[in-house]
Amino acid sequence: MKERRHIISLLVENEFGSLSRIAGLFSARGYNIHCLNVAPTNDESISRMTLVTLCDDLKISQLMKQLNKLVDVVNVKDLTEETHIEREMLLLKLKCNKKQRDEIKRLTDIFRARIIDVTDTTYTIELTGATEKILAFINSMGKIKIIEMVRSGALGISRGIDSLENIK
Amino acid sequence: MKKMYHVQGRKPREYMKLSGSEIIIECLKKEGVDFIFGYPGGAVLHIYDALFNTDKIKHILVRHEQGATHAADGYARACGKPGVVLVTSGPGITNCVTGLATAHMDSVPMIIISGQVSRQYVGSDAFQEADATGITRPVTKHNFLIDSRESIAEVFKKAFKIATTGRPGPVLIDIPKDLTDPNVKINFEYPKKVNIRSYKPAISESEAKIQQAAKLICSAKKPMIYTGGGIILGNAHKELNTLVKKLNFPITNTLMGLGGYPATDKQFLGMLGMHGTYEANMAMHDCDVLLAIGARFDDRVTGDTSKFCPSAKIIHIDVDPSSISKIIEVDLSLIGETSKILKALNKSISPFLKHINKTSLKKWWAQIDKWKLKKCLSYKKSKNIIKPQSVIETLYEITKGQAYVTSDVGQHQMWAAQYYKFDKPNRWINSGGLGTMGFGLPAAMGVKLAYPKSDVICVTGEASILMCIQELATCLQYRLPIKVINLNNRYMGMVRQWQEFFYEGRYAMSYMEALPDFTQLANSFGHIGIQIDKPSDLEPKLKEAMKMKDRLVFVDVITDQEENVYPMIKSGQAHNEMHLSPTSKDTELA
Ligand SMILES: Cc1ncc(C[n+]2csc(CCOP(=O)(O)OP(=O)(O)O)c2C)c(N)n1
Ligand SMILES: [Mg+2]
Repeated sequence: MKERRHIISLLVENEFGSLSRIAGLFSARGYNIHCLNVAPTNDESISRMTLVTLCDDLKISQLMKQLNKLVDVVNVKDLTEETHIEREMLLLKLKCNKKQRDEIKRLTDIFRARIIDVTDTTYTIELTGATEKILAFINSMGKIKIIEMVRSGALGISRGIDSLENIK
Repeated sequence: MKKMYHVQGRKPREYMKLSGSEIIIECLKKEGVDFIFGYPGGAVLHIYDALFNTDKIKHILVRHEQGATHAADGYARACGKPGVVLVTSGPGITNCVTGLATAHMDSVPMIIISGQVSRQYVGSDAFQEADATGITRPVTKHNFLIDSRESIAEVFKKAFKIATTGRPGPVLIDIPKDLTDPNVKINFEYPKKVNIRSYKPAISESEAKIQQAAKLICSAKKPMIYTGGGIILGNAHKELNTLVKKLNFPITNTLMGLGGYPATDKQFLGMLGMHGTYEANMAMHDCDVLLAIGARFDDRVTGDTSKFCPSAKIIHIDVDPSSISKIIEVDLSLIGETSKILKALNKSISPFLKHINKTSLKKWWAQIDKWKLKKCLSYKKSKNIIKPQSVIETLYEITKGQAYVTSDVGQHQMWAAQYYKFDKPNRWINSGGLGTMGFGLPAAMGVKLAYPKSDVICVTGEASILMCIQELATCLQYRLPIKVINLNNRYMGMVRQWQEFFYEGRYAMSYMEALPDFTQLANSFGHIGIQIDKPSDLEPKLKEAMKMKDRLVFVDVITDQEENVYPMIKSGQAHNEMHLSPTSKDTELA
């Protein structure tokens, strides 16, 4: 069966051990985690996780059931199942000489990124967008040397009135 | 003049002031716990001190923490109440890991309380510190590390709820020592209810879906019912019986499900799977509608999954949504407590019963009766050497099928499952999922404590029994007159069987050299030991052993070294490719 990329959103009890329970489920059952993001929500007792994994259809339905079964998981949804928006943030530190500065500035403008730190020898750039855009931007660096790269991993939210926080 | 007091409005609520340790004991009392299986140590001494003052809960001092977990497990499997374990930090809890994994695999409700080093030392590699919640996370249904005195009661309430509802399982509570300090007391009140928003164990199916299932079931020409441990854990045997009788369909049980349907009933085809009966496995392979209830399509049951029930529509009833289509994709699923779903099904199915094709069903039964004629469980009897199968058959006759039987893991376990016919649930207690050698004896202790008046037999092998033999001391201390039946073939028989079949008889490390004299060993623990080595002695001596109601009798039965368990489905083979004897080939069958 063909593997597809799935972006999964979870609300989990902000409790001791929740994160390792979820990470443990992935490693114990042989699922990969491509990227994972965890942060607080408006409700301080709950954290939101977004993770991306590659799975075939059979495996993903089993994974969703296993996630649902964890006592700490309040709600879980495979965003890939419906229309949703994805964003990722990139922080990129570039080594650049005088000659490269214009080129970097130009690319930054094209991608609507922002330069957020400058030194004699470096530029640091911030970019937000869908994962493809992030990748395209990184690819466009060409010969410019990337000193450091930080990606948030994908974040996702469903379109329209739906909310994962509507807990029945 | 006498003073008058007028109480206005409601009396202020009165709280008990208790220490953390006392709170733990109170929580256990509120949950109706009658036994704790445990072993003391530094991190739980405050709790033991509080336990000292109570006579409501009896503490059973085991001789190894693994024994505590298996004993609590056996207790829970026999009587349905959660088994409770109390151990210290570090080695105390690491010794419990096998027992937790055993209970987790077989969905047994248990509460394990482990001491932890005081909060200020957690994470500092303190003496006897181990990351208990980290180590046990994959082998528990859930676990807690308590971080305040105030939360103890709530955590206990949650733990009992999680352990006993939905698909049951073991729950660990790790509690730092400072929280059990006898000198710090707080208000205690045990919550009546607890709401865990993220925990939804109960789902109910719509009537429409139940009817859909009823219709599909009654459309079968060659039906088969396959049930597992979920019938026993879910206390659904009565509902199952009603359904099976209404339908007049054949039924098989998994290793975990034995006793869920009476083994002596004519609709019962015996156990299925790797060492299941010919008729059960053939009926699985040929059926056109399979009704699976409280079973999880374990690989020891399915054989090669690509050849599993090739022409059947499959309906699966289970309490755990993640069991559905996990191994075998099913056509229809009903999720919920097995007893509730079966009750609903029993109601809804009546109008559909008339659609059952009686002629096809009759033909199907005729086919099954033909398969039965193979008498797949027959074996060569001997006058000189004791056949292990005959030991179980004799036990069955002597106890009239009424005993609770625990087992270890190996050939003896399979023979016990095949030849002791369980008519009632909760009587057959074995580690089916994890296959833990060492389970049998401590599990039997738990069963005996739950049912002191019943016969409790541990069927074991000379290799398995040595893994928790130290519990013979516990049996003496608490006067637990279990009967240990050691099928002594001087081999790790099951390993030897595989080596014979798959490694051309190269018996690497499976011969049990340097065995102890089991009768003397039993004697030295203060019990009675007898050895049986002649077939003619088997019945009288077993009878004699069973008659000693108030003593633990260790019966060392010297059995045929070379006997193998049949039928057998070898790996990669299908249900209709069984080997019935050393010489039989699949082609010879059906
Ligand atoms: C703790 C543990 N270690 C290893 C095994 C693998 N194993 C399965 S059966 C078996 C042999 C059991 O021998 P014995 O208790 O004598 O039973 P028999 O098969 O001879 O009846 C072994 C080693 C196991 N199931 N559990
Ligand atoms: Mg043996």
